[in-house]
Amino acid sequence: MSSLFGARVQRVEDDRLVRGHGAYLDDLGPDSLAAAFVRSPHAHARITDIDVSGALDVPGLVAIYTYEDLPARLAEPLPLLIPHPALTHGRTPYPLANGEVNHVGEAIAMVVAADRYLAEDAADLIDVSYEPLPAVVGLDAARAAVHLVHEDVPGNRAANEVQEHGDTAAAIAAARHVLELDLEIERSASTPLEGRGVLARWDEQSQHLVMWTSTQTSTGVRAAVAAKLGLDLTQVDVITPDVGGGFGVKIVHPWPEEVLVPWAARLLGRPVKFTEDRREHFIASAHERGQQHHVSVGYDDEGRILGLDVRFWHDNGAYVPYGLIVPIVTSTQLLGPYKPAAYRVEFDSLYTNTVLVTPYRGAGRPQGCFVMERTMDAIAAALGLDRTAVRERNFIQPAEMPYDHGLIFQDGRPLIYDSGDYPALLTKIKDLVGWDKFAPLKEAASAEGRRIGIGLACYVEGTGVGPYEGGHVVVETSGKVKVATGLTSQGQGHQTMLAQLVADELGVPIADVEVVTGDTRRFGYAVGTFASRTAVMSGSAVTLAARKAKEKALRVAADAMEVAAADLEITGGMVQVKGDPDSGISLGTVAVLSNPLRYAFDDAAKAATQFAGGGDMSKPPVAPDDEPGIEGRAYFSPVRSTFASGIHAAIVETDPDTAEITILRYCVVHDCGLLINPQIVEGQIHGGVAQGVGGALYERMAYDEEGQLVNASFMDFLMPYVSEVPREVEIDHLETPSPLNPLGIKGAGEAGVIPGAAALAAAIEDAEGIPVRSMPISPSELFELRRAHGQETR
Amino acid sequence: MSAAEELRGEVPRAEEPPPEELHEVRVVVNGAARTARVPARRLLSDCIRHDLRLTGTHVGCEHGVCGACTILLDGAPVRSCLLLAVSADGADITTVEGLAAPDGTLSPVQQAFSECHGLQCGFCTPGFLTTITAGLRAVADPDDEQAREMIGGNLCRCTGYQNILASVHRAAEITRERAASSSPAATKRAAAPAGHA
Repeated sequence: MSSLFGARVQRVEDDRLVRGHGAYLDDLGPDSLAAAFVRSPHAHARITDIDVSGALDVPGLVAIYTYEDLPARLAEPLPLLIPHPALTHGRTPYPLANGEVNHVGEAIAMVVAADRYLAEDAADLIDVSYEPLPAVVGLDAARAAVHLVHEDVPGNRAANEVQEHGDTAAAIAAARHVLELDLEIERSASTPLEGRGVLARWDEQSQHLVMWTSTQTSTGVRAAVAAKLGLDLTQVDVITPDVGGGFGVKIVHPWPEEVLVPWAARLLGRPVKFTEDRREHFIASAHERGQQHHVSVGYDDEGRILGLDVRFWHDNGAYVPYGLIVPIVTSTQLLGPYKPAAYRVEFDSLYTNTVLVTPYRGAGRPQGCFVMERTMDAIAAALGLDRTAVRERNFIQPAEMPYDHGLIFQDGRPLIYDSGDYPALLTKIKDLVGWDKFAPLKEAASAEGRRIGIGLACYVEGTGVGPYEGGHVVVETSGKVKVATGLTSQGQGHQTMLAQLVADELGVPIADVEVVTGDTRRFGYAVGTFASRTAVMSGSAVTLAARKAKEKALRVAADAMEVAAADLEITGGMVQVKGDPDSGISLGTVAVLSNPLRYAFDDAAKAATQFAGGGDMSKPPVAPDDEPGIEGRAYFSPVRSTFASGIHAAIVETDPDTAEITILRYCVVHDCGLLINPQIVEGQIHGGVAQGVGGALYERMAYDEEGQLVNASFMDFLMPYVSEVPREVEIDHLETPSPLNPLGIKGAGEAGVIPGAAALAAAIEDAEGIPVRSMPISPSELFELRRAHGQETR
Repeated sequence: MSAAEELRGEVPRAEEPPPEELHEVRVVVNGAARTARVPARRLLSDCIRHDLRLTGTHVGCEHGVCGACTILLDGAPVRSCLLLAVSADGADITTVEGLAAPDGTLSPVQQAFSECHGLQCGFCTPGFLTTITAGLRAVADPDDEQAREMIGGNLCRCTGYQNILASVHRAAEITRERAASSSPAATKRAAAPAGHA
């Protein structure tokens, strides 16, 4: 279609970053005051006293704030970002605890001092008295509801939601075969290498607040801060600096620190900065994944699912600022590429005295995928069928697209798949991993006393979620092209990807295109970066904006060159008559001509001044329906999400003695529509797979019964090093275009993580011959599982 | 809460308590002599970032596990969050800002990371770049196992390490290519396949 779309273009972001010239949050505002927080050491307690007197002798101390210092709007609970009719008991935290704490790490007091060391000194010397209350930890305790997290929330139940398509109970009752399974996934977390951070600067003269925050949504933060501080939107700008990873956790907003820091900066008249430390990130940001599921499935002799009933319990932690997105995503995306004749899903979203739960890359899909794919494997095992055959028989066929599941998706719109070719994906993964040739390998290994196993897992991911994004493209008189979109970047290569699209549309070298994301000074309307949506949403928006700019440039050039616009093209930054390189004028010159001038600011500008001649003297210099400049602004708002898909397959070896689990091969086939930059997409897959492996084999949030997170450090939370990831991630792409956007693309950011736990559980089950129903699984858990199933241990 | 209550918010004080005692630290950073006056407890990572204002060195965990803050101290890769600044007095330090040549040419490791998509968010990257720079001095032509060993103590949450490993190999290759092209026999060797430099 064009020169850069689909090319492995080297990232434009990297030169700065490899030189150490990135500007992450804590790199900014070196002379700011520093904020530190007193955080609850108790999972559940009443605060009976806060004595700050011991802190007052700390040098450099500037201010100490507790709940009682907060003005009216800040003294209210933080917003419930995504309300839902089923969320009958939504509770959100106060910026600083109001008499009660509900998880270890909840903020109680904010200290502002000359630097972080001194702020922490003072925080340590603030004496908070507590009356501990019983802690509700884990889903079993939440469901039992012997104790309550919030006194006014019976049964610890924030929400109960049911969706159904068809008569599931009747379908299961009528089925020849029925299976029941209990399936569980534990907590993990996004865990970006850079934690959260906020810097705010209030300018008293202009009554204007500028804040920098390590966020996935600068416009969301801006609106929330303006509301909380009683400012107009025009008085607040939010700039997203370089962000050291997000993976979901930074879409939550406003964090307590994001409203308290600007508030303090305004009160004190000095810039204030908060930089989260690693322990704080573990105990004061957000986790995800913890869910228990019960499946009832009715199926026929061929393995076709006639009725699928899934009841699950979602641990939402102490508060639900992000609403029910994670369990809604599980309940809808669980279906993957399949079409059960009838489906019912019901979930409870339950409070516990633990860190709140909000989307982490995959956002409920890894759990849903685990449930569905384990069910598929269980059906195959029960019928003695090949696992791929059962899947194939349940696939939605390409001819059935668009496919309506009769459910409501996380965007509030019908769950309708736009396109996809699941049988083709299955063929590709079987070829890639050598599915049909595995049995003899396994037999040979077994003869040597080795245990190897193969497994696979399919997923469908709703990406490019609305409501909209926008883009702005302006051609400078230098010929440089400046692009802005409002959503933010956390390392996904958005600047490169968007520059590729704009360079193609406008016919300029990519080096002349500069892209800015997440800066409200440049683009004020945006939603944010989540749900694998940037390429689809902002990619489409900047493409449309670039088309507008191009149309304008051709029109202006056509006037100047006295030819028809239709006869012109732009190539290499020159506007020329098609096929005639000698006829061209530069895009920069066209930009000059597009802006009728009175004053010449440089030599080039003279051409556009009032005595330069040319133009129709009977008409105004700028037509009534026109504007000066070569600019384009456009918005993209699709009718609904676009659905990417894929299949992962893994081969593992389990040690008969130590129960150590080694990944021998890891294969991915992936369909995110047309690829803009395969290198970036593959990078996203690599990273997702590593997180999937972490979630399957290593990562868990180890809470004790008192609600202490006992592994809140990188020493104890086992995030994969290179030694834990597959030696190679073998990737094959399928490109099924989406009909829902001008580029035919689908999102790619999250997919890599989704089927990890499911595929690895299947492979371990195949190696061991024991059902694996709970993830993650450690060697000691596998060892215990063997014992529970009566296997001899050597 | 009554006594303390009045003191909430901005803390009014007749006189500021005495500040912390400061110590002078003299170091050579990226070839330039630098001096900082810091409290005894100041971490070297914080000194580099906030006192010397070289913010390319990042802090990911402050307990020595992630490796983002790795610098070269007298040529050896060390975690600057595990050292006190005062203990580095007299040391020669290279941070990520000092890896490129004085004329701005990227070092082989930096160039390899750019070519191989060895970074995404870039936060852990400075620690990898310094670690691999030292690693390739010790093992100029690492095999796969040695490359994995070289980066085995650094955490990255974005890349899944695949392209970082590719970058290690490519950096070794670039080093050889540059050595070949700058040597007198460059013209002869350019035609030959890449080998040991």
